[in-house]
Amino acid sequence: MPKDYEDIPGTYVMDGRHCRLGYQLNMFCLSLNEAANREAFRADEGAYLAQYPVTPAQRTAVLERDWLGMLQLGGNIYYTFKLAIFDGRSMQYVGAAMSGVTEDSFREMMIAGGRSVEGNRSKKEQARG
Amino acid sequence: MAKLICGVGTSHVPAIGAAIDNGKTQDAYWKPLFDGYQPARDWIQDNKPDVVIVVFNDHASAFSLKLIPTFIIGVAPEFKPADEGYGPRKVPSAEGDPDFAWHLAEHLILNEFDMTIANEMDIDHGCTVPLSIMFGEPEQWPCKIVPLCVNVIQYPAPTAKRCYDLGREIRAAVEAYGPDTKVAIFGTGGMSHQLQGERAGLVNADYDQNFLRMLTSDPEQLKTLSHVELMREAGTEGIELVMWLIMRGAMSLDAKEIYSFYHVPASNTGAGLIILED
Repeated sequence: MPKDYEDIPGTYVMDGRHCRLGYQLNMFCLSLNEAANREAFRADEGAYLAQYPVTPAQRTAVLERDWLGMLQLGGNIYYTFKLAIFDGRSMQYVGAAMSGVTEDSFREMMIAGGRSVEGNRSKKEQARG
Repeated sequence: MAKLICGVGTSHVPAIGAAIDNGKTQDAYWKPLFDGYQPARDWIQDNKPDVVIVVFNDHASAFSLKLIPTFIIGVAPEFKPADEGYGPRKVPSAEGDPDFAWHLAEHLILNEFDMTIANEMDIDHGCTVPLSIMFGEPEQWPCKIVPLCVNVIQYPAPTAKRCYDLGREIRAAVEAYGPDTKVAIFGTGGMSHQLQGERAGLVNADYDQNFLRMLTSDPEQLKTLSHVELMREAGTEGIELVMWLIMRGAMSLDAKEIYSFYHVPASNTGAGLIILED
């Protein structure tokens, strides 16, 4: 069934479908809340990640720090951000990576008031420019 | 008898907590925000509550996708700061108020708000940052805390109306509590922000400022906000604004606005603060 929020552009709503898709990926990210797990992941990322039944595409996205890819594969920003914290990255770094700009230009955009809602309310509006 | 003395609406952006913890509040980037917070800190200093109900959302700290309760009330004697991946924030543990919290839980459930009861939970930035914003950096928080968590991460969050109505019932519960207790309620989160996707960085200052105005003047209208409107206009994470409506619902309809402040940006977010006096 189509959802009323599907026409919001550049947006991945954490609904039931998204939750099912990314459950294992998100639970891997959650495990980084524990210091001992962070150490184990730091020692050998691939071996640590192998404990979680994530899909090959999710595994690649994690190891390559493909932030938009993780989101598209079911990740939730509050969970994948645990991985960014692990890397010492900020939310602005991740926001920049997902929207395809540099961290500096993302920060500049925020200081100038953020991304405008004008033209970004719906895919239809966006297509009109 | 217990009495609700005030409601506070505030953002709970983790970077605000980090600015406090790292002594950056007077840096050029942060100073306008903290200057804006000062009148609120002064006011609550002169109007000290005995206990604060802090309405916030947990960010994959105490809870996770494993179990997703919609409304959770913390009844523990103590709540420790959570490790969100950086190690816990170096802020005091919060002293709970089990007598009052259990009274709230029982009253709410018997009046058909089916709360989840938490005997143990750590509190993350959603709760500790509002405490830092209002109370600064004391050795101990100056009042007891009842944490009330709302799921806003897994869609769907509870509706704006449900949140407002929960606030109404919290008010009834406070008024039915015998001990002389001055109660404040903080509704936290927001304001407009989107952390995820190609639309990351969205801020809608007009929408936020209108929300702040309506919160005082026409809260019943805000009850009708839909999730799709909130996500479209205020960003996917802007849906946290429903938590402000729990606070608003707990206040009298003609509550007096003591202070209102808005600033962009705090990290990726439009930051607001409002104080309503009952």
